[in-house]
Amino acid sequence: MIVIVVSITPMVLVSGILLYQFRSSQRDKIHAHLAELVQSHKQSIDSFLKERLNDIRFLVSTFSFEELANDLFLQDRLYTLQEELGPVFVDLGVVNERGIQTAYAGPFKLGRAHYAEAEWFRKAFAKEHFISDVFLGLRGLPHFIITVRDNWNGQNWILRATIDFVAFSNLVSGIRVGETGFAFIVNRDGEFQTKPIREPVEVKSCCSELIADGSGGGDKVRILEKRDQSGNELLYVASFLKENEWLLIFQQDASDAFADLNRAVKVTILILLLGGLGIISMAFILSKRVISRIARSDQEKEMMDEQIVETGKLASVGELAAGIAHEINNPVAIMVEEAGWIEDLLQEEEFKESKNLDEVKRALRQINTQGKRCKEITYKLLSFARKTDSRVNEINLNELLEEIVALSSQRAKFANVVISTDLQEDPPLVSVSSSEMQQVFLNLVNNSLDAMEKRGGVITIKTRVGGDYLVVEVMDNGPGIPKANLGRIFDPFFTTKPVGKGTGLGLSIVYGIINKLGGSIEVNSTVDAETTFRIKIPLPKNARKKDLLTTA
Amino acid sequence: MAIANVLLVDDEVPFVETMTKRLSKRNLGITSAFSGMEALARLSKESTTEVVILDVKMPGMDGIEALREIKKKHPLVEVIMLTGHATIETAIEGMKRGAFDYLMKPCDIDVLIAKVSEAAARKRKQEEKILEAKLKEITLRRP
Repeated sequence: MIVIVVSITPMVLVSGILLYQFRSSQRDKIHAHLAELVQSHKQSIDSFLKERLNDIRFLVSTFSFEELANDLFLQDRLYTLQEELGPVFVDLGVVNERGIQTAYAGPFKLGRAHYAEAEWFRKAFAKEHFISDVFLGLRGLPHFIITVRDNWNGQNWILRATIDFVAFSNLVSGIRVGETGFAFIVNRDGEFQTKPIREPVEVKSCCSELIADGSGGGDKVRILEKRDQSGNELLYVASFLKENEWLLIFQQDASDAFADLNRAVKVTILILLLGGLGIISMAFILSKRVISRIARSDQEKEMMDEQIVETGKLASVGELAAGIAHEINNPVAIMVEEAGWIEDLLQEEEFKESKNLDEVKRALRQINTQGKRCKEITYKLLSFARKTDSRVNEINLNELLEEIVALSSQRAKFANVVISTDLQEDPPLVSVSSSEMQQVFLNLVNNSLDAMEKRGGVITIKTRVGGDYLVVEVMDNGPGIPKANLGRIFDPFFTTKPVGKGTGLGLSIVYGIINKLGGSIEVNSTVDAETTFRIKIPLPKNARKKDLLTTA
Repeated sequence: MAIANVLLVDDEVPFVETMTKRLSKRNLGITSAFSGMEALARLSKESTTEVVILDVKMPGMDGIEALREIKKKHPLVEVIMLTGHATIETAIEGMKRGAFDYLMKPCDIDVLIAKVSEAAARKRKQEEKILEAKLKEITLRRP
């Protein structure tokens, strides 16, 4: 659990911080992009309006009132403008002080139309030039007008031009971003000045907010994020134009505007989740593995402890035995000597008549015999308890085997046994304890000698390399081992020798030593024919390679 | 005359006593000591001792040490190591340091007497040789 928390926390923290940074920077970037978009469009719309105003101003300043008051001349001017700019200007009209349109050129029948009551007329006359909001007017179609005032013969008059609503709307409706981004223009009362592509939701409330926010006007672009009634997050970007009278508003669903950002966030969260999942599963697998390893090593330690205790017990038993063996011979010697002394005394005349003399003598001989038996036992006990030198050296087994043969030659001669060797020349060295190896082969040879004492025979010791092992065979043509005993000969304390002769430990010690080396020992025996002990001693790794090379 | 003059050294008093009686009965001249130091003292006093039967494990000066001292001061005196310890090592050590032989306790008295006789014989032979050499030297010495 701690592992999981420790590994996941930094990852989550780092990813969280990165994500937050990325999100805010990406947001800023999108905001900046949209602001730039709105700004540039605001400028182009502003310049469009300014240019159209200049067009009308040009007409007023270039031509006289009389010329312009002529319907046909005005018609010509309209054509010229339409030729130049396309159908931007719908119509042109000259309106006098009283609000009567004295001249008109355009598709509607508006000649002599009265505008005295129209709101725009009042505003237009108050100013030198004027651009109206969108209104329906007499023609009943949405449009807006540009007027320029002039004076002729002391009387004010205005040239009025109608801007095609569709052409103007196209300026704004051309702004499309993503799937839901679109733009529109409203006046300060929140009335649409262009036709929005979609009906903007809650435009009133947000417009009033934007207008209130931007009451100071200026070139500043305002950005507002707002949640609508259906819970959609909407992004508004707005900028004032036409001398702060109109507001260009760009609206987009936040989910659409930040689609890339949201996708990146989703991918990051997915990666985070997968990473977390990976960490959790790795933590589980690793901790499981660690736990099982600890359990295994605990088990091994326990086993080793048991072995140590066992060895310790054996060692202390051995020491105890050695101590007893050391001390017991002195009292036994005294007993034997005392018995001997009695025997000596019995030789004297005064005891010779005793009727139990023979019985006493027999008892004394028995004491003597048993004393000697005690000596044998203590001797064997000490040999068993004595620690062998188990230091491992690289040795040439042939030399050791020759030594064994020499050591046993005296006994062999008495048993009428010939010990022959068939040793592989220049065998690979083996890493073993030489004193343990002595023990192994001396035990085997001694066993053979014991078995052949009566009839004599031949013992053959053979070495050869077989695979990764040095194989040593100790063969004899003695009486052999009965099948019933073959399975038990390596058991401790199993012996077929007469009481007092064998301890039953020799072969089990041999087995233990060979096993510890990582080798193996096996025995084949045919009664009254031959017995072979085959010992495999593992070769050191470098020797194996060498051997492979030479055989190759 | 005794077969041989023997100094029996062992810290086990009953063993020494019984052994003394038994060996005396078999016509050996026996003196005894119960420690290495005592043995050395006896040897200095009695020059007739031919063979020392020496126990290996004794308190104070042990058998091996005593053997070294005996051989240093009385090189001709033969020593038979007698040990209750069934360790071959001490026996081998004794032989290396000039002991005549070693025996394990309890030992057969006849074997022991045989060894003592052999040792005494060797000692006498050595002495004879030395005497001969001395005699030669004296007879050949020019007046």
